[in-house]
Amino acid sequence: MEILWFCILVFMLAMYIVLDVFDLGVGIIHRLIGRKEADRTLLIRTIGPVWDGNEVWLLAAGGTMYFAFPKLYASGFSGFYLPLIIVLWLLIMRGIGIEFRHQIQNSMWKSMWDSVFSFASILLSIFFGAALGNIIRGVPLNQEGYFFEPLWTTFTIVPEAGILDWYTVLMGLVALFTLATHGANYVAMKTECELQQRARDVVKKSWWGVMILSIVAAVATFSIRPDIGRNYHDYPWGYIFPLSGVVSLISMYLFTRRGKDTKAFVSSSIFIAGMLAGTAFGLFPNLLTASTDPDYSITIYNAAAHEYGLSVGIVWWIFGIVLTSGYFIYLYRTFRGKVNATPEEVGY
Amino acid sequence: MDALLIDRLQFAFTISFHYLFPQLTMGLALLIVIMKVLAIRKKSELYNNSARFWAKIFGINFAVGVVTGIPMEFQFGTNWARFSTFAGGIIGQTLAMEGIFAFFLESSFLGLFLFGEKKLGQVGHLISAILVFLGSWLSGYFIIATDAWMQHPVGYALSPDGAVHLTSFWQLLLNPWALSQYAHNMVGAVITGSFVMAAIGAYYILANRDIDFGKTFIRIGVIAGLTASILAVVPTGDFESRNVANHQGTKFAAMEGLFETKRGAELTLFGQPNVENLKLDNPIAIPRLLSFLTYLDWNAEVKGLDAFPREHWPDNIPLLFYSYHLMIILGIFFIIVMKTAAFYLWKKKLFEMRWLLWILLVSFPLPYIANTAGWMTAEVGRQPWLVYGLMRTTDGISPTVSASSGMFSLIGFIGIYILLGTLFLLLVIRQINRGPATNNLH
Repeated sequence: MEILWFCILVFMLAMYIVLDVFDLGVGIIHRLIGRKEADRTLLIRTIGPVWDGNEVWLLAAGGTMYFAFPKLYASGFSGFYLPLIIVLWLLIMRGIGIEFRHQIQNSMWKSMWDSVFSFASILLSIFFGAALGNIIRGVPLNQEGYFFEPLWTTFTIVPEAGILDWYTVLMGLVALFTLATHGANYVAMKTECELQQRARDVVKKSWWGVMILSIVAAVATFSIRPDIGRNYHDYPWGYIFPLSGVVSLISMYLFTRRGKDTKAFVSSSIFIAGMLAGTAFGLFPNLLTASTDPDYSITIYNAAAHEYGLSVGIVWWIFGIVLTSGYFIYLYRTFRGKVNATPEEVGY
Repeated sequence: MDALLIDRLQFAFTISFHYLFPQLTMGLALLIVIMKVLAIRKKSELYNNSARFWAKIFGINFAVGVVTGIPMEFQFGTNWARFSTFAGGIIGQTLAMEGIFAFFLESSFLGLFLFGEKKLGQVGHLISAILVFLGSWLSGYFIIATDAWMQHPVGYALSPDGAVHLTSFWQLLLNPWALSQYAHNMVGAVITGSFVMAAIGAYYILANRDIDFGKTFIRIGVIAGLTASILAVVPTGDFESRNVANHQGTKFAAMEGLFETKRGAELTLFGQPNVENLKLDNPIAIPRLLSFLTYLDWNAEVKGLDAFPREHWPDNIPLLFYSYHLMIILGIFFIIVMKTAAFYLWKKKLFEMRWLLWILLVSFPLPYIANTAGWMTAEVGRQPWLVYGLMRTTDGISPTVSASSGMFSLIGFIGIYILLGTLFLLLVIRQINRGPATNNLH
């Protein structure tokens, strides 16, 4: 049951990353490829009706983590207090950036919110990557299962490391490039003409960044956490996750070159999901590894809620996720197709 | 200041600010559905334009509600880690269900409701409005069920590691406390929605513009407002206070200002709790009424604070007493205003009575105050418990988050929320100035 909920949690996080992150990615490249105000309006309109629903995956994943692994929720959220609070502020700024921008038809007003949206998206991407870096690197859990990390200390990997050290900053950059590429793929899929071309150019360039940084990050990960290969050694079928990631990274490049944007977007989604699942597979059964004493690590077994709660949870979870899939399919179908420049007064 | 106080202040501040928005969301969601139904039944563009106008305000309000809501869920982990370890397996259930059953529904169909009228057609648009209404009201239920478990824990057992775990899903979900609190809370939200709608209607008539819209808003606002104001007292408020009397003696005694247990207890209309001397200064009271209202017996015994050990008393009795009485006074005021307005509406004189329109206009902040005061009564009265009878608030905070970290985030939240509130007002006032007449569907 614990393993099942671990998979569900990873699935929900992956859904959040794949879905919400294309609108994060759109934010990263927002000011880069949206050179004119009209371009940027179009970019916002590609995510306008869906970003809020996408962000609910974060809340739902948070809620799931809360009741399935309450100890992880308590320890992780209080330990990462400072960056999490900053993430909350960035999520607020980003949300109102999208929602308030179209309220006033004034170019300074719009330009301001474009910058807020873009700035918050860039920082959020780096923070999400750094968070993943912290989880892989491990945190200084005490005997009771709590910790607290300052924002940074010496930027080296020492027992009293902060949230940011060279490794987590590297992971932040991996995330920034990956999400920018993902967002650009989405834009290429949803727009036409010049904007589409610019988005494809971004993919072609940032793809190299993703590839090089991913290789560096993989080497770095194995050097600071050699034990991450243990599960792969014991259960070789797990290679399917990183392997599908690598394959889809290559196929993304090929599809983009041929102008097959939808397939490139799907590849980029699989790349992200594959890498995330691969990391989760390597960490299993640890949820939060202790850098102090391995016995203090928070695992799916010592953090899981009681059996009964997990069992009833699975019933309503399946029911709920079927309903949700229905809404999402309907929503995306209604707003499917290219977004074009015909102005819609009320719309994005 | 110590970490405990800062954690409490931060939660109190962020939740109070947040709830200013969902109460309007939930109230308006119902009123917009009503407008949309009227539009389709009467084939009236007036109602349709009204619905579109309110949908715009709804959209702005909803956005602020969403972004200020995210920190609420996260704060359980960041600032209340011990509480989360203790009770996460239970209250996490209802919070996760809120995300999966309510937020997905609400956010998916809000996009369709706001931007899809042309694509969906009129009936489809009505259905999306109904689903948004359903989503927002469901979300309210799951949050109330979460709070209800903290007020009146049910369906749980203690684990060997000191945490609690769920033993009955249905007891958690159908907690009797949640049902009564939900009913009371939702009529509170409708009161806010109605007063805001009536106030904007009154503004248009007083400003002599968009008169037809103004009359429509007032009609809907006054009828819904009168209904909800009455329901807030009978049966929901009455039921709620009896629940408190039966299950939370300390809260009940403190909010009524009853320091001594007595037979035939009086109902205090107002007074000043004097915690030092354990009495109520300068009370204005109606003899025996409290006994009657609570137990339907003029001579029934009502337990005062003296019946409970002092360490179980709420830690801020004056705040609790004043919040409760403020809510009661405002509740009575709402009935009087709405009854008067409804009477003159029926007499077809309301739209000429400028003084009454002025009262409707300036009253719109009062339901916000009443709802906040009501929640303060519920939560300040729950003290010193975090989970009533099970965990004290002092034992719930995060062990590793220092007071200075808490101060940093609290100040940051105050700054960002002031900015958010200012922008919200600016944008809503702009929509009101543009007026409802510009909302034709192209």
